[in-house]
Amino acid sequence: MAVNIQPDVQTQFTGASIVNDFALSVATKNGSGSQTSNAVIIRSLFRMGIPVSGKNLFPSNIKGLPTWYTIRANKDGYIARSATTEVAVCFNQDTAAEDIANLKSGGVVVIPSDWKWGQSRADVTYYELPVKELLTQAQIGTDFRERIANMVYVGAVAYLFGLPLDMINRALLDQFNNKAKPAAMNYAVIELAYNWSRDNLVKDDPYKFETMNGTAGKILIEGNEASALGSIFGGVSVVAWYPITPSTSLVDSIMENLSLRKDPETGKNTIAIVQAEDELAAIGTIIGAGWAGARSLTATSGPGISLMAEFTGLAQFAEIPCVIWDVTRMGPSTGLPTRTSQGDLLFIHFLSHGDSRHPVLLPGTVKECFEFGWRALDYAEQLQTPVFVMSDLDLGMNLWMSDPFDYPDQPIQHGKVLDKERLAQFLEEKNEWMRYRDYDGDGVGYRTLPGTDHPRAAYFTRGTGHNEAATYSERSDDWMKNLERLRHKFETMRDLLPQPIVDHDLSKKIGILSFGSNDSAIIEARDLMAANGVQTNYMRVRAVPFAHNVREFVLSHEHVYVIENNFDGQMAQLLRMEISEDTRHMVSLACGDTLPMSAQWVIDQIMAHQ
Amino acid sequence: MANAIGLERTDYKGATSTLCPGCGHDSISNQIISAAYDLSLPMTQVVKFSGIGCSSKTPAYFLKGSHGFNTVHGRMPSVATGAMTANTDLIAIAVSGDGDTGSIGFGQFKHLIRRNVPMVYIIENNGVYGLTKGQFSATSDEGQELKYYGLNELPALDLCLEAIIGGCTFVARSFSGDSKQAQTLIKAALSHRGTAVIDIISPCVTFNNDPKGNKSYDYGKKNEIALHQIDYMPKGYVHPREEITADYAEGELIEVDMHDGSTIRLKKVDQDHDPRNRASAINTLEKAQRENLFMTGLIYYEEPRPTFDETLHLVDTPLSHLQDAQLRPSQDALASLMQSFM
Repeated sequence: MAVNIQPDVQTQFTGASIVNDFALSVATKNGSGSQTSNAVIIRSLFRMGIPVSGKNLFPSNIKGLPTWYTIRANKDGYIARSATTEVAVCFNQDTAAEDIANLKSGGVVVIPSDWKWGQSRADVTYYELPVKELLTQAQIGTDFRERIANMVYVGAVAYLFGLPLDMINRALLDQFNNKAKPAAMNYAVIELAYNWSRDNLVKDDPYKFETMNGTAGKILIEGNEASALGSIFGGVSVVAWYPITPSTSLVDSIMENLSLRKDPETGKNTIAIVQAEDELAAIGTIIGAGWAGARSLTATSGPGISLMAEFTGLAQFAEIPCVIWDVTRMGPSTGLPTRTSQGDLLFIHFLSHGDSRHPVLLPGTVKECFEFGWRALDYAEQLQTPVFVMSDLDLGMNLWMSDPFDYPDQPIQHGKVLDKERLAQFLEEKNEWMRYRDYDGDGVGYRTLPGTDHPRAAYFTRGTGHNEAATYSERSDDWMKNLERLRHKFETMRDLLPQPIVDHDLSKKIGILSFGSNDSAIIEARDLMAANGVQTNYMRVRAVPFAHNVREFVLSHEHVYVIENNFDGQMAQLLRMEISEDTRHMVSLACGDTLPMSAQWVIDQIMAHQ
Repeated sequence: MANAIGLERTDYKGATSTLCPGCGHDSISNQIISAAYDLSLPMTQVVKFSGIGCSSKTPAYFLKGSHGFNTVHGRMPSVATGAMTANTDLIAIAVSGDGDTGSIGFGQFKHLIRRNVPMVYIIENNGVYGLTKGQFSATSDEGQELKYYGLNELPALDLCLEAIIGGCTFVARSFSGDSKQAQTLIKAALSHRGTAVIDIISPCVTFNNDPKGNKSYDYGKKNEIALHQIDYMPKGYVHPREEITADYAEGELIEVDMHDGSTIRLKKVDQDHDPRNRASAINTLEKAQRENLFMTGLIYYEEPRPTFDETLHLVDTPLSHLQDAQLRPSQDALASLMQSFM
């Protein structure tokens, strides 16, 4: 059975409109400044109340390679990447022929009139724009010409599909931080192109934007900024990092919002931001900071994670809190630095030699990027261990529509720290204090911070074998006891970490299990499949180690599809490792095609197995 | 005898050393103990850092009342950077070796110095890998021969030279067999504001103590050329200045006032060396390298430049001790932020 999200429209336009339900893809050259024009369109749509999402498909270079920005408007609120494009704005001559060829039947092409793009298709509508003439007419100097040329398509798109000019102007001012001069220069070109289109083009396609009420009370934000804000509200106090795509904007965003964490009287910072010489130093710095009592984090991506392996083992074994954000991109190796992936799951979970294992939080929305931003810092201190948060390029660097973020619903958690007074009390009650002894049965000991002014506060922290008293030990029994306690701590995590989001109705035989940014594609796919009579349950896992109900979900279905955006099906592997029962009914659907997941892919994969 | 804070010298000791009997590193641990005792250092405010190697085991053998962190190979500087950024009230003593600093940790060493993280950084330099049984290190001298690994045909890195070039404002070299000088330099380094590097030649009695080799006891004892006689006077120490200066001709006595009010006094022996002159410090080291001279003492000192935490413009309260209200912005702050994304 085939279920299609966007049925082909009639080749000949019959007059029936398709309103607020199509994807517009803008092809430009990297470095040409198209980010501004695309942001203006997307923000205008958002302000018109139309649910919208933007996916930036950009190359790993500074200038010249092709880039596509896909804006999807969807009246039903679906914000996953659309597998189809209805409107192609072809402003990159190098890719124009391919962009037109990929367009679906009945689609629209907006293109400069003086370009050659190969053979015309009879089943699409062309709107040709005299870009050069309009720029000349607007008297744009050569310095700005390339950047401002993109405003021509903004004007044409505004006319053709119905974006009000006042919305555009407001979005422009936002984009230029209310600087009137650049906004006016750009707006002049938009208006000129709009008027030219009105006077010269005949609308001959079904696609239209119309004001609706689908974004009231919503925000539009990139995941990395959400993660940064979550960390700031989570009380991060030491950030050490080394720039790497696609995590760079996370720390940039902490810097941009540093005013939230300046002392109101002195203007001094309560966050230290250390740009390290490499990822080795970045994680060393946050481990030192976490050990000394700061709340610390680093943000990186795959290659940086590889460099952090040894230190991660130290932090796990010496039991030091810190948070590592992995905004994932395509590997192995340098891979595709500007393409999304969920390929680091197994690596970060098992990072470092020996019997290493670490908790990994898996935010699926920008709202969870914020929430896990502050929670991760709590978990790190509560569990005294490095906590990974795995976001991805799609979630981190694209704009997402979301409900506003909730203020943390609990005070900052520092875990088991004995200051001078608490240590004295502890010694009085227990007659001893051993750093690595499990006094509470949860696998987590009590720590003191360096500088604690008590003669019994000191202990020696090491990555070598140690006993409960933190003394060097090569004894088998000490080693086993320590590892067993760490395993026990790992079990503690199952209940403490974010539980899965589950939609589970026992009457349904098909279960979908996924995690992270695939959420929006799966929500859309389930709705459409349900409308076509295929009912599914859904569990979105939000942390590893798995919560206890994950096993139960897998075992209680006839078919379970594990959907993820990597090549090897890493989540499915992890499930098979953890569930000792027969899991032959579990099918791994791993995408890993470098693109954000689309609902159409999810549907096609599941239907092929049904 | 108890010191000013009522502690005996034995209180500053650590666990029993597991290094080879006669190891130069143990004498350095002893000098750290003596220096800390003499200066009445509050042990709970001191943190000890090390990397991996024989030298890096030693923080367990001194100052048992201080927190210590034996990190990973060559990357102790970054851990120390994080800890000293988190809590600027701490006093840091770091111990590294020539393998830890000169090879795997060379980059972190240079960046620690560049950042000027306040700490005493002692390199226990024996020119050999002891823990892995006798390989050459980056400070092994050219032409040196080792039992299993033969002849070293590569030039040695001079870690003091590297420190000066990297921007270090306190650079010294000493010899573990010259306990008085080593101890005095450690005391002076503890008074310094910023990274203070002391490269202490510390013979490895097991793998690199052939009298012909220039990191052996015999060689050191016979060939050490002290650049000056060095004294350290803590803050508040009153000495009849006129009497002292009267004994010395012009240029023969250099007094360096430290940031914390203490003073280093350098008396000329037979070398003309002014540690306050960067070019002359570099020249001295290059001459030593060229002529194979073993020169010790305070090689370079300059007025402290801003420490790393100062360049970060942090609040006065250490970050590790901020109140939750300082760590978490208000509910209103979030509400107005959310408004800006609408």
